[in-house]
Amino acid sequence: MNPIYASRRRRDVIVRALCFVAAAFGVSWLGLILFTLFYNGLAGMSWQLFTQNTPPPGASEGGLLNALVGSIIMTVIGVGVGAPIGMFAGTYLAEYGKHDRLAPVIRFINDILLSAPSIIIGLFVYGAVVVPMGGFSALAGSLALAVIVIPIVVRTTEDMLSLVPNSLREAASALGLPRSLVIKRIAYRAARTGLITGVLLATARVAGETAPLLFTALSNQFFSMDLTNPVANLPVTINNFVQSPYVYWKELAWSAALLITLAVLALNIIARLMGSERIAK
Amino acid sequence: MTEIALHGSAVESADRYDRTRALNAFRFGDRAFYWTTRISAMLVLMLLGGIIISLVVGSWPAIVEYGSGFLTTQRWAPSAEPPVLGALSPVYGTVLTSVIAMMIAVPVGIGIAVFLTELCPLWARRPIGMAIELLAGIPSIIYGMWGFFILGPILANTVQPFFIDLFEGVPVLGAIFGGPPSYLSLFNASLILGIMVLPFITAISRDVFATVPPVLKEAAYGVGCTTWEVVWHVVLPYTRVGVIGGAMLALGRALGETMAVTFIIGNSFRISPSIFAPGTTISAAIASEFAESDGLHQSSLMLLGLLLFVLTFFVLAAARLLLLRLEKKAGK
Repeated sequence: MNPIYASRRRRDVIVRALCFVAAAFGVSWLGLILFTLFYNGLAGMSWQLFTQNTPPPGASEGGLLNALVGSIIMTVIGVGVGAPIGMFAGTYLAEYGKHDRLAPVIRFINDILLSAPSIIIGLFVYGAVVVPMGGFSALAGSLALAVIVIPIVVRTTEDMLSLVPNSLREAASALGLPRSLVIKRIAYRAARTGLITGVLLATARVAGETAPLLFTALSNQFFSMDLTNPVANLPVTINNFVQSPYVYWKELAWSAALLITLAVLALNIIARLMGSERIAK
Repeated sequence: MTEIALHGSAVESADRYDRTRALNAFRFGDRAFYWTTRISAMLVLMLLGGIIISLVVGSWPAIVEYGSGFLTTQRWAPSAEPPVLGALSPVYGTVLTSVIAMMIAVPVGIGIAVFLTELCPLWARRPIGMAIELLAGIPSIIYGMWGFFILGPILANTVQPFFIDLFEGVPVLGAIFGGPPSYLSLFNASLILGIMVLPFITAISRDVFATVPPVLKEAAYGVGCTTWEVVWHVVLPYTRVGVIGGAMLALGRALGETMAVTFIIGNSFRISPSIFAPGTTISAAIASEFAESDGLHQSSLMLLGLLLFVLTFFVLAAARLLLLRLEKKAGK
């Protein structure tokens, strides 16, 4: 065989192998992380987790009830506040933004906020909410989560609305439907699956957020649903328990980590399946 | 006849009245909806303004106290009298870990994208692509915890001693890969960061690879190019801007990543030439100290946050501009 051809072939085989190794490397991290989470977290899975509060230092009995409830409350408020604002803003960019010179600027800033470090959001909410309110509170934590939700939902809403064919809007307008109803009754309905996907992805993202809660919601060892005070939540509980010297706390941290990861991955998978269903149609 | 006419006009006037009312309701609804969406969109701009203002206000005492010396001081002694606080070691740690993370993530991420677009059998593309995307979905605290309990000990017992022995006595490299091995180090943090940003690079590279016109690749294959030659001489030059944009986006993420790093970097405010030594990053310093800080210490942490925000803002803005340029080209 021609030596030049042989060397080209050899190089090609090497690079193909390297690409294969890279893919195996990436997939194996997911496998490894999930495996260790199940291995260490399943042992602690019991009803106790859902019926008892986080234990005091050194105790060997307790659960995650308060942290679970706190996390759910804060995530729901965060998404409840952030998603409508994000959806309205995304609607403006997609439906009214064509003739506004500010729209590209808003889009650009939104894209930057989308990947801005979440700890900066925490600092912002600390300065804007915690200091004026005079203390850490679940409300501040929820608002920090809402600030993270907004840019994600803006982006998905705009993308999804711009996929709706204009002929649908034109047909509705030709029947005399006013602009706002064209958007609400026609465009929203056509893009519904995509809009829900965006909100699910945003929920998945904030469900595991820790950094912005560290100095907004703080945490709480006891059961509390008082939004004006610190409330326990899973991510900060994991953060505190991992760095503790108590074996039982570490076990609980693994169980909490498994719970969060399963919830987040489930949300991600549901969102993606819904998204691909829409494309398949 | 008259009755009917009367009746008819009554109907007509009632109808007109309803019509006006309905039209007015429509007009009001239209306006209200327009302004709701517009104000929401403005809120996005106000968020950015709010972040900048609250960071500047919060860090003002530290700016007044330290000025530009903040950037060149290595010592971080919040409990000294008066406190001496400098940003040099967290800034160093942030930049160093992000650079090493990119050195790991860029080649691997592009490799995976090449694998997914050129080599992988069709039936396996979706599951493998999804697995990589799910890697981006795992919350960062899970990465941190996993690095702390599992990866740290493994690295300290295998990879680190290997490199330390390999480069022992070699100038420069010997110092960079200097011992002793440690569970908490800049290198461990970089590796975890690299894995975390991998999916971003893969996702964007895969998307831009898909924009290469098939006819270009077919032409190259047609004159006898190997897969590698097609990727290197056709696909990558065509998608260069997009790949760089994706890498910058990932860099922006790596710079600001917090929880994954905080657990495994060791939080030590010392600059050491070895990448196996503990260090700290801006985000790790804020995460571990902010809740218990006050006065000048807190203000300095805010100033660190401001520095981080400025740094990521420029990196992300550059990334978005590159990707925007690409979109315009594709739109033509």
